This record gives sequence, structure tokens and C-alpha cells, in this order.
Amino acid sequence: MIVRKLIEAPDGRGKIFLAILVAAAVLVPCLNLGLPPSSALHVPTSAVALWGKYLCYALLALSLDLVWGYCGILSLGHGAFFALGGYAMGMYLMRQIGTRGVYADPILPDFMVFLNWKELPFFWWGFNWLGYAALMVLAVPGVLAFVFGWFAFRSRVTGVYLSIITQALTFALMLGFFRNNFGFGGNNGLTDFKDILGFNVQAQATRATLFALSAVALGLGYLIAQAVVRSKAGKVLIAIRDAESRTRFIGYRVENYKAFVFTLSACMAAVAGALYVPQVGIINPSEFAPANSIEYVIWVAVGGRGTLVGAALGAVLVNFAKTTFTTGVLAPYWLFALGALFVLVTIFLPRGILGLIPTRPAAALPNGAAAAGPAAQPAE
Amino acid sequence: MAIPARQIPVDPAVAKPHDINQSLLYLNGVTVSFDGFRAINDLSLELARGEMRAIIGPNGAGKTTMMDIITGKTRPDVGEVLFDRGTIDLTTKDEAAIAQLGIGRKFQKPTVFENHTVEDNVLLALKADRTVRGNLFWRPNGDAQRIAETLETIGLSAHRHRLAGSLSHGQKQWLEIGMLIAQDPKLLLVDEPVAGMSDAETMTTAELLKDIAKDHTLIVVEHDMEFVRRLGVKVTVLHEGSVLAEGSIDEVSANERVVEVYLGR
Repeated sequence: MIVRKLIEAPDGRGKIFLAILVAAAVLVPCLNLGLPPSSALHVPTSAVALWGKYLCYALLALSLDLVWGYCGILSLGHGAFFALGGYAMGMYLMRQIGTRGVYADPILPDFMVFLNWKELPFFWWGFNWLGYAALMVLAVPGVLAFVFGWFAFRSRVTGVYLSIITQALTFALMLGFFRNNFGFGGNNGLTDFKDILGFNVQAQATRATLFALSAVALGLGYLIAQAVVRSKAGKVLIAIRDAESRTRFIGYRVENYKAFVFTLSACMAAVAGALYVPQVGIINPSEFAPANSIEYVIWVAVGGRGTLVGAALGAVLVNFAKTTFTTGVLAPYWLFALGALFVLVTIFLPRGILGLIPTRPAAALPNGAAAAGPAAQPAE
Repeated sequence: MAIPARQIPVDPAVAKPHDINQSLLYLNGVTVSFDGFRAINDLSLELARGEMRAIIGPNGAGKTTMMDIITGKTRPDVGEVLFDRGTIDLTTKDEAAIAQLGIGRKFQKPTVFENHTVEDNVLLALKADRTVRGNLFWRPNGDAQRIAETLETIGLSAHRHRLAGSLSHGQKQWLEIGMLIAQDPKLLLVDEPVAGMSDAETMTTAELLKDIAKDHTLIVVEHDMEFVRRLGVKVTVLHEGSVLAEGSIDEVSANERVVEVYLGR
């Protein structure tokens, strides 16, 4: 029943989106691996790696849109969940290096040998198995988001105050991960990865597979998010976004809905991070930087808040622009361009790029949708 | 009597309602202050099952604060707020729990879910499972019938697919009343249902409320005396957070103190 629910959910736009993802997941690896580099249709490996990264960003943006676009929770700390997922995957990849490291210690990663640690800390146990690492990818950010959300939403922290504490969350984690004695490689983070499940992470075929997996993860993430927002619970989320106290007065426990969607979103962001790390080959504390999390919000706003597809599109477009910009003479001006983009989109395209296409009523947002709207309060 | 053991200030001036067992809602000696200002001052009120009660009072008399206390938005400093023959202490519950007990509220300013259709607004209000899990795996199940009935009652059947945000002010008020009915509550709190309505809409609303009162218990807060007269029910006059007078509309309009409060000295 759940499977049928997932499949029947997408609308026309969603079907196009999924079709593109399926085509990319199949064609890109084929064109990369099957054709010689001399062929006009050959997709270079560098492009596979780059677009695989964009797909991870798209999944991250999708997860953010689920909480911001549909429930009005403007999280400015989603980078924390993305990075935690990335670290969990990075820990697995570190354990796979084994004796090929600089210090050739069969158990301890290089940075621990360098710090003169004798034993593997308990929180690194089990990370030599991918299954355990995959479980941690979901569990650590999921539990953190649930606990954080439980306290914040029960105390009815909303709007800009919630945004600020999500920034504080990611900032605190960044400071922690920068410390050497925290046990995650300090400011160098985790890198020098060799292989994943026995396959060389640098190999062309591995990269093509990771690309395809990223496309599949994005498609699955979209289907799950779509099923949630189309359910009656999704209608409750929109009701909370638009009139929180009203929703409470008809008997819905707003804090439970928020905690649920926040946790789900954090897990999706974490999966994006876990797929991102083997493709870029490094994870370090700068992924926790508060500015990153703000940038993710811009992707969603540019693409179109409360549309899911728009968020993914926004992430890809902005990052494509970023790559183009920062590899040319315009590199020093990228941040200005990004800032200008956000301002212009907020003023002229409050519903983002996808807002140019007529939308379904249920997903429609109030005017000036870029800000988290406060719930209508009854007054005497 | 199942009154929880709590500190209740004994005030001989407050006549204790005679029989708590008949009451749906029972307020006794309720006081609440905001920064030293007593919005509700030793308020006592009893509402029988099946009764419709109109509450009037000048601005700042504490009408909305009283509703906030009943629905769990505001906690009283002292006093009892009991529901359903005195068996349930409302002061220990939050908004969602109170709504689930069967107390529905319509706000003064119409607050409907503007980005949902009229139909979905009623669907969200329908008495049903309120848990996350129940709503994630929700399937339409006889809901269409109940939605159609509700829309019929409030006269919005033709508008069911419109976004609630695009309705006129009067229609939003009706939709909100419809959402109240859909919750199938034991007690309906209706705050200024005809504020900003035309005369014709006001008349329609009065009939609608009288119709609802046939099988529900209601508290209607209103400024419009003509509307209250039309409802033809017992009236409670609030002033400075406590009950000033109670009786039929003719009795209270003849009361000297009520006239004084309304017209000034």
C-alpha cells in the first residue's frame, strides 16, 4: 500500500522531474563508461563527479524545502545534518584505508596516530562496516534533529528565534569538530579515502555508480517528500505554516508534526551528505559553517519554496552558476552575485523560478513568501 | 463531586452555582492578571448542557481572555475551570488536548487556512484522528459525506474548490463556523461572529447559530445588541473581568449598572 501511495503521488511536474532523474541515472553512466573519450556523446568523468555533487545538493535543498516550504520552519542549520551524514560516511571510508595510510596502522586512521592515540575511540567502533555506517548516517542526525526539535517546538520557539538557534546548533558543532581532541580529524577533517566496498573511490566506474545512486536517492527523497505533503498530514503542515495557533485550537499537536517533519528532513539531508563525501573526497568542519546553511536557503528560494521540484532545480542552477562563475575571471564577485540573486528573486520572483509556471493551489504560498510568516493571532 | 483538591479562594460574594452535575462548563473564582492588570477578576459562570449563552460587555471587559482561559491559551492565576459535569479540570490541559475534549473555538478575526480549499479547511477540522501517523496514512473514509453536509449547513457548497483566502469576509466567518461544526464539539465558543458583516449576513448568521444550538452548547460573544436580541437567549454582561448582570436581554438592558457601563456616566 505504501509503495502504491508513493508511486501514485507525483503530479505532471513531478513525473517530468522523475523521468529526468531516471534518464540521468541510466544514461550518464552509460555515456561515461560505454563510449570512448573521443566520442561526441562521451560524458567526461569530471562532469559526472560535478553533477553527482549537484544531485546531492538538490536532495539537501529538497529536505530543506520540506520543513521551510511546507511547515514554515526556516532552518538555518541544515548544513549540520548534511555534514553529520557526511562524517558518518567519512568514518567508514577512513576505516577502509587500513595499512595504506601514511603511518600504515591497520586500525587507527592517520590523524589518530599523529595525535599519538593508542586506541580507537568507542564512537569509531563498527564504522568498518558500511551497513553500520549507513545506519549511523540516518540515526545520528535523526536523533539530534528529534531531540532538538522536541525541545524547541514544545517550547513554541518559532520564526526568527528558531532560525537563530539552528544557526547556533551548526556553529557549535563546527567549533566542536574543529578541535583535534573531538576525534574527527580536527580542521583537516577526513580525507585521503581509498575505497568503498572494495572499489576505488577515484575509479571512473565508482564515480558513475555514485552518480547514479545520487540520482536514485534524490528521486526517492522526492517521492517520500511528495507522499508526505500530499497526505492529510501534509495539509496539516501547511495549516501550521499559515496559522499555527488555529491548527492547535482544532486539536492538532503542532509540536509533534514539526518534530516529525524536522527529523525526516534531517535524515534526508544526512543521506545527501553521505553521498556527497565519497564524490568530493573530503569532509571537514567548514561544512558546518553557518554561511553554508544560509546559502542552502537561497537555493530553495531561487528555485521556488514549497514546490519540492523547485528546490532541487534551484540547488542545481545556483551551483552550476557558482561553478561557472568561480572558475573564470568573475571569481571574486561570486558572493555579490549570490547576494544579488537572493535579493532579486525575493523581490521579483517571490515564488522562485518555478513560480513562473502556474502551480497547484495546495502548494501556493502567500505573497512575499520568502519570510516565515507568523501565525495569525486572535486579538480582543 | 469530583473536584480536584486545589487551593480555591473562598469569596462569600460569589454565589456558588447550585448544581455542578448539570453543568457542561463551570468557572468559579477565576482570576488572571497581565503585568498587574486584572483582565479577569474573580469570574464565575456556569453553562448547562444544551444551553446557548450570549456574552456581552464593553471593550476590555475580558471576553476574549475568558475564551483564552477556557481553551487553554491562558492559564488562570487562581480559580476553577471545569468541564463536563465538573469531571475535567481544563487548567491542566493545553490547547490541543482541550480541542480534542470537544471544545471548539471561532476567533474574532476570521482565521481559516487561506492556502487550502474550502473543502480541505473542513476536512482538517472534521472530528478524526489527530496523530501524525494517522494522518500520514489517511485514506478518505466517509469524510466526503460529512464535508458535504457541513458545507450545506453553512451554504458554501458551491465554493468548495475555491481557496479559502479568496472568500469574502462573511464567507470566511461562515467557513469558520462550519469548521467548528465539523469538529462536532460539545461546546462551541463563538467570538464576535457578525463583526464586519452586512445586515443580511448578520441575519443569516443568527439563524445559523440558532440552528446549531438545537443540538450543541454554545457561548456567543458579541457587541451587536440587535444580533443578541435576535438570538433570544440568556445574556451575561461582563465588566472589568467579572459578571455584572445576567438574565434575558430585556432584563439586562433595563439594569441601571449595565446602562452606566455601556453609556458611561
